[in-house]
Amino acid sequence: MYDKEKGLFEAFVAGKMSRRELLQATGKLGLSASAAGLLVTQAQTRAMAADFDWMKHKGTKLKLLLNKHPYADAMIANIETFKTMTGIDVSWDIFPEDVYFDKVTAALSSGSGEYDAFMTGAYMTWTYGPAGWIDDINEYIKDPAKTNPGYNWEDLLPGLRASTSWNGVPGGELGSADAKQWCIPWGYELNNISYNKKMFDKVGVQPPKNIDEMVATSAKLTKDLGGPYGIGVRGSRSWASIHPGFLSGYANFGEKDFNVTDGKLKAAMNSAGSKDFHKKWVQMIQESGPKDWANYTWYQVGTDLGAGASAMIFDADILGYFMNGGDNKEAGNLGYAPFAANPAASAPTPNVWIWSLAMASAGKQKDATWYFLQWATSVEHALFGARKMDFVNPVRASVWKDEEFRGRIDKSYAGYLNQHDVSAPGAKIYFTAQPLFFDLTTLWSENLQKMVAKEIPVDEGLDKMAAEMDAKLAEAGLG
Amino acid sequence: MTSSAMPGRPAKQSRFARKALPYLLSLPALLMCIGILIPFFTAVYYSLLRYRLNLPAMKGFIWFQNYINFFSDPKFWNTLKISLVYAGLTVVLELLLGLAIAMLLQKRTRLNNFISILLLLPLMTAPALAALMWKLMTNPNFGILSYLVSILGFPDMKWGSDPATALFTVTLVDVWVYTPFMMILLLAGLRSLPPAPFEAAALDGVPRSFVFFRITLPMLMPYILTATLFRLLDSIQQFDIIYAMTQGGPGDKLLVFQVQAYLDFFQATNVGRSAALMIILWAITYALSNVFIKQWLKLREKAHGVG
Repeated sequence: MYDKEKGLFEAFVAGKMSRRELLQATGKLGLSASAAGLLVTQAQTRAMAADFDWMKHKGTKLKLLLNKHPYADAMIANIETFKTMTGIDVSWDIFPEDVYFDKVTAALSSGSGEYDAFMTGAYMTWTYGPAGWIDDINEYIKDPAKTNPGYNWEDLLPGLRASTSWNGVPGGELGSADAKQWCIPWGYELNNISYNKKMFDKVGVQPPKNIDEMVATSAKLTKDLGGPYGIGVRGSRSWASIHPGFLSGYANFGEKDFNVTDGKLKAAMNSAGSKDFHKKWVQMIQESGPKDWANYTWYQVGTDLGAGASAMIFDADILGYFMNGGDNKEAGNLGYAPFAANPAASAPTPNVWIWSLAMASAGKQKDATWYFLQWATSVEHALFGARKMDFVNPVRASVWKDEEFRGRIDKSYAGYLNQHDVSAPGAKIYFTAQPLFFDLTTLWSENLQKMVAKEIPVDEGLDKMAAEMDAKLAEAGLG
Repeated sequence: MTSSAMPGRPAKQSRFARKALPYLLSLPALLMCIGILIPFFTAVYYSLLRYRLNLPAMKGFIWFQNYINFFSDPKFWNTLKISLVYAGLTVVLELLLGLAIAMLLQKRTRLNNFISILLLLPLMTAPALAALMWKLMTNPNFGILSYLVSILGFPDMKWGSDPATALFTVTLVDVWVYTPFMMILLLAGLRSLPPAPFEAAALDGVPRSFVFFRITLPMLMPYILTATLFRLLDSIQQFDIIYAMTQGGPGDKLLVFQVQAYLDFFQATNVGRSAALMIILWAITYALSNVFIKQWLKLREKAHGVG
């Protein structure tokens, strides 16, 4: 009897059986769902521990710095698996996103060894890496003595692996051969359209296929719906307003933020193509964006869609995912569509935000920390999060192929898988990696605000902005 | 021999104790002072460096280059202008409103005491929370204030997100939070004024406006100066309300000193630039404090002379 149960759970963990099949089989054996959950954890532990000494750092205590996020929730929900498997104790401090990165900057710049690992975005590593605050994880990934043979690094989506590695040279290509792996992708979001199907049906429009259609459709929705506005995009005075929909559309036209010549950077936002895209974007916000767009962060963009205050957003796909559930007024009414701004483009080119895990250089227990990192980014934990929690979007190709995960998403979030699958090949970071990223991208958003407020014309504004950026780059010795 | 030496000892000890006593008494203040001065001089030192945390190779002593860069940057002058306009506007409005309310509540009655306590409530709210509250109230979709102004014929009021109304919006929040501070200080001042001049004026039938401008205001001036100084210093260093409402935007409309310095440090990790900006702000507040304190001392001398 015991062997039969054990065999069932091991088949499940090995991916030979779906969760539904497992529960049906365990039900026949008289096991409750909670008991089945416990046995799954044990089977995961056994599977991961098969060829690797997970107990090597037993008794060590690690401390993490986490952002309040569904990814962190999924990790916390499964942390007992890690503790049982390794004998390592893990504690954490968790902060809301508004203050999270200030806390990280303060903790790392102080040289304090309080935290062993922490959540980060890839862009932040362009500061943390050159400052010497985080370790190159390649040293661990490439060391077979320290890395579980089943870890399968190559299973992580290649665009995400590349986007989280940089050689530290301003303008250096992400993922180059000499790049350091500053962090490990954990969960990610790409930028596409999430829309209210009821509102689209009412007005009789389809999700737009390019930027001109997006401008026209948004205007029609605003006009015909008589209340909700056409399109939600971010607008607050922050770098975070540039990276989602805006840069995804911008990159689709082949436009760049900077040109790199002989190691020197020069602003490229005042090209003819860039000016054209900016004009369309500005027009779209003026005609069909939220009234107080200049205050809009991801939070306002998402909640307006969930509350039925907007008909469509061009932002993170997972924002549309989260707004389609819970207590949101429009839960169940949302659809998803891939979006290529350029009518001549063959596929979307979404810029990505990657929540990742990094190792603090000041940490004192790096080998044990690496054990945690490889467990937290393992196939097993990714499957747990994707099947049971809101650990989307997964960063591993194998999880995207998992039938149970796909079935769950397809059932509740129609169109979500398609928008992802169509866009994933072109999904990566489209910014130029350079140390002034935050200053200059915030300056970009500042100028976009001025253009939308009609304080400066687009052409003149972009010329002035490019000149100001070039001056700042020169002052920092980068231009 | 031993006995002959003994009588001198207590005298020596007491002389030493007498000399040491002032230093001992001022030791806690001295330690506090050191605790303040160390970070201050560290900031001065950083302001003379090219120092970005993410460009460690470029760290170096550049003397006053950070300051020179500021003075040749139109954005710095915009920051200076906005900071001064914001501070001036909020302090004047809060002073006028605070004085008006204080005069209304001057008479000691149960109702007035209750109202004055009630009016203090905004001051007990953290400014960042007050800003978030106002952000909700001014939301064009569901904010109560947006609804009210739409009834008055302004259906498209964009509050903090419109360059034309952003300064007005954050000023409104500042006035809501800090007017009670002015009110309570001035109320304390009004209630402590000697009654004799007012009784004499009443007996002589002096007009109320004359009493206000020639008796009340001059006698209240030390309180007005003190309250204004406190508020001015605080207001020119405003961060919470502006950052929570607009992050310094729209555009660079509200990019005051503290917001710019915060972004320079926490976002750009440009320690040198951020420190230089803070030192300039310190110099401005130091100069303003001096002006006010000199005025206050003059008034005190005048009062003593009269007495």
